[in-house]
Amino acid sequence: MAFYRPARWQNAAVSVSLAMLIALPELLTALDQSYYTGFATRVLIFALAASSLNLVLGFGGMVSLGHAAFFGIGAYVAAICYDAGIHEGLLVLPLAALVAGLFALLVGAISLRTRGVYFIMITLAFAQMTYYLFISSSAWGGDDGMPIYERMQFAGFSLLADEALYYLALGVLALCMLLFARQAQARFGRTVQAIRENETRMEALGYPVFRYRLVCFALGGAVAGLAGALLANLTGMASPNLLQWTQSGTLLVMVIIGGVGYLWGGLVGAVVLLLLEEFLLAWFEHWHIALGLLLIGIVLFAPRGVAALFGKHHG
Amino acid sequence: MADALLEVRALSRRFAAVDALQGVNFSVTAGEVHALIGPNGAGKTTFIHHVSGALRPDSGSIHFAGREATRLSMHERVRAGMARSYQITNVFTGQSALDNVALAVQGRPDAGSSFRFWRPVAAERRLFDEAVAFLEQVGLGDKAGQLAGHLSHGEQRALELAMALATKPQLLLLDEPMAGTGPEESARMVELIEHLARHVTILLVEHDMDAVFRLADRISVLVNGRLICTGLPDEVRQDAEVRRAYLGDHL
Amino acid sequence: MTQLVLEQALNGLQFGLMLFLLAAGLTLVFGIMDCINLAHGSLYMVGAYFVAAAAQAADSFWIGLGAGIAGAALLGLLLELSLFRQLYRRDHLSQVLATFALILIANESVRVIWGPAPLMLNPPESLAGPVEIAGFFYPAYRLVIIGVGLVVAALLYLLVAKSRVGMWVRAGAANREMTEALGINVRGLFTAVFVFGAALCALAGGLLGPLLAVQVGMGESVLILAFVVIIIGGIGSIRGALVGALIVGTVDTLGRALLPTLLRATLPADAAATLGPALASILIYLLMAAILFFKPQGLFPARA
Repeated sequence: MAFYRPARWQNAAVSVSLAMLIALPELLTALDQSYYTGFATRVLIFALAASSLNLVLGFGGMVSLGHAAFFGIGAYVAAICYDAGIHEGLLVLPLAALVAGLFALLVGAISLRTRGVYFIMITLAFAQMTYYLFISSSAWGGDDGMPIYERMQFAGFSLLADEALYYLALGVLALCMLLFARQAQARFGRTVQAIRENETRMEALGYPVFRYRLVCFALGGAVAGLAGALLANLTGMASPNLLQWTQSGTLLVMVIIGGVGYLWGGLVGAVVLLLLEEFLLAWFEHWHIALGLLLIGIVLFAPRGVAALFGKHHG
Repeated sequence: MADALLEVRALSRRFAAVDALQGVNFSVTAGEVHALIGPNGAGKTTFIHHVSGALRPDSGSIHFAGREATRLSMHERVRAGMARSYQITNVFTGQSALDNVALAVQGRPDAGSSFRFWRPVAAERRLFDEAVAFLEQVGLGDKAGQLAGHLSHGEQRALELAMALATKPQLLLLDEPMAGTGPEESARMVELIEHLARHVTILLVEHDMDAVFRLADRISVLVNGRLICTGLPDEVRQDAEVRRAYLGDHL
Repeated sequence: MTQLVLEQALNGLQFGLMLFLLAAGLTLVFGIMDCINLAHGSLYMVGAYFVAAAAQAADSFWIGLGAGIAGAALLGLLLELSLFRQLYRRDHLSQVLATFALILIANESVRVIWGPAPLMLNPPESLAGPVEIAGFFYPAYRLVIIGVGLVVAALLYLLVAKSRVGMWVRAGAANREMTEALGINVRGLFTAVFVFGAALCALAGGLLGPLLAVQVGMGESVLILAFVVIIIGGIGSIRGALVGALIVGTVDTLGRALLPTLLRATLPADAAATLGPALASILIYLLMAAILFFKPQGLFPARA
């Protein structure tokens, strides 16, 4: 795999998509389908979470199966903030990112000492540990999770209307994607991609490989925490299900469907998977069977994912 | 020795039941080209791995540029001024030759931190200007824009050298730079190393004896994990033990 | 107190032995084929369903167990031939995705066939009661599980450590290319190991069926535990799997049973009440992290 380079028509595609996304709530209201605003917000939030995993997996080359831990922790931070009377998003969101990022730093510091299958399994085990920690502690609601009875505000604006939360999620996603796009071509992104390609060579060029990996891992965790805090405000609760390893698997599936290591991979994958779920579920209750077969098909026949069409991987 | 740039003392390492290195004492003087030779399986590559920091010794010590380096990791040694090329060509084939060298320049401490998330590398003229200079130094000035993977084998080896040079080393560890090159390419490589030797101290591991005797100021011979002799090329050529070790081999 | 400790120690042993049955197949598939199989837990679940369904149909636990194991082995064979064979040479990411997909398919298929409610599996009537050992009562069925577990563990150990096939298996785990170069039928060996692993899954699922509910999702939690076991033991090592399984089984069981009590004795009541269950549930993960910190390759690395 070579380093990421954006396709030439990317800017045009992004501008058009962004304009459509900005107009979407209006459109849904006009069509009397404003129920879907909440769904669209969910898609944006999962796009953010999947993109954060793509940073770790696609750019950093670290196959983490514990990303849901950071996602879930972000959600719990939001709920704990609500509980503690902190209702300002300008405080809650950075706090969620910070806590999730610090936890990722800790997990990464231990996991990144291992390689290959061991790394996959130890990240998985840490996520599972987090899950059990939350469901067995009564202070954080145990199995039931923690409710958020009223959404946070953002810079004093109310987010009670679904449209308001939608635009906040869109804004956060756009900013993070901008950061991801910039870093991919900046020193940091080139460094971690080169490490993904050939760790020993980078070590022999004087790069402290471990440190770059760790920062990449923690940055991915922090953004996942951001996504978790947004999701908790959307659904009105921090649920332990968010921490489950199957959630990590789902995020992984999104990234792979979209295209590992392509800037838009996580986003495309989240959109595709959630749309499939929403519409397939309506006429086929057991759509997971279809999804599973589809995924196996992707592995066997289209291993590069959908976003491979959207950004080139040449030298 | 006062001006030893690299000083290895009593270095030993066992792998399972094999003594790969046994009490090796070895030094490289600043400014020289020091060749390390020995039959296949003598432990040359193992030795280079220990010097560069890829492996840790069971006992013994390594001093580099006046400082204890035995426990330093590979990247710390590179930052202290020790660069290595690999036996197997080890460049980023999906990147241009220029990008490869720019990556090496970027890794140097004086090039600033690489924890930069915003400014595109492409806008950092200084990195690429320097990279071009290093490419020119190894004779690849006109290949800068080509994909490293599309370069010939000899050119890739030269690119590898340019990357090592871009870390501005005091000591260059060259692990079989002629491996797999044709006669014409290896003649060019010898010239190149001769040229580089004016600026940087070189520890050369090589099988090509013509190249070794042409380039080396001093030669050390490693046999079965033991250093059996160090001396001027002529002394080594005459050494009885060396002849015995190489009987049926190149010399 | 002593009786509680003894009883829990036996429970831990029993749990550990069952974990070993799961971890043995997993660690070999990992070690030899270098293939990460998230669907191993699904084989356990499907195996348990097979046993439960067959036991109901035949009205006999033992016939059900035999039929269930045969069914799971057959399923394993089909999976190996159709899918896993394609996966061995692929990167870990592809393996994760494909086997995650298998979990989705397995869970949903079980829901379609047997419905969302858990299936009941009764232990053989002759074993339903308790027996007295050393002055306290212990369920006879659990003792049988321990016995079966010990026998299978011993057979497995002999098979891998002493037999010719076992030698190939160990050679394959240590150095796959070399084994292939020696002309051993690696394809057939892979298939055999995979099928064998599937059968062990069904055995564990069937034996545990009467103690736990046979339900959708039972495979996932046990899968993670099996992972922890083989990480602790060292991937590819049967001995590591056995030691790891016994450690995880006893630490987890004893931790859950005794830790809250111990904490109550040393900490203020409310702190103990919040901390106890949480600490008990993450104990094995802390243990794993600690072991990996000092031995990143596990206790018994199969590859030097």
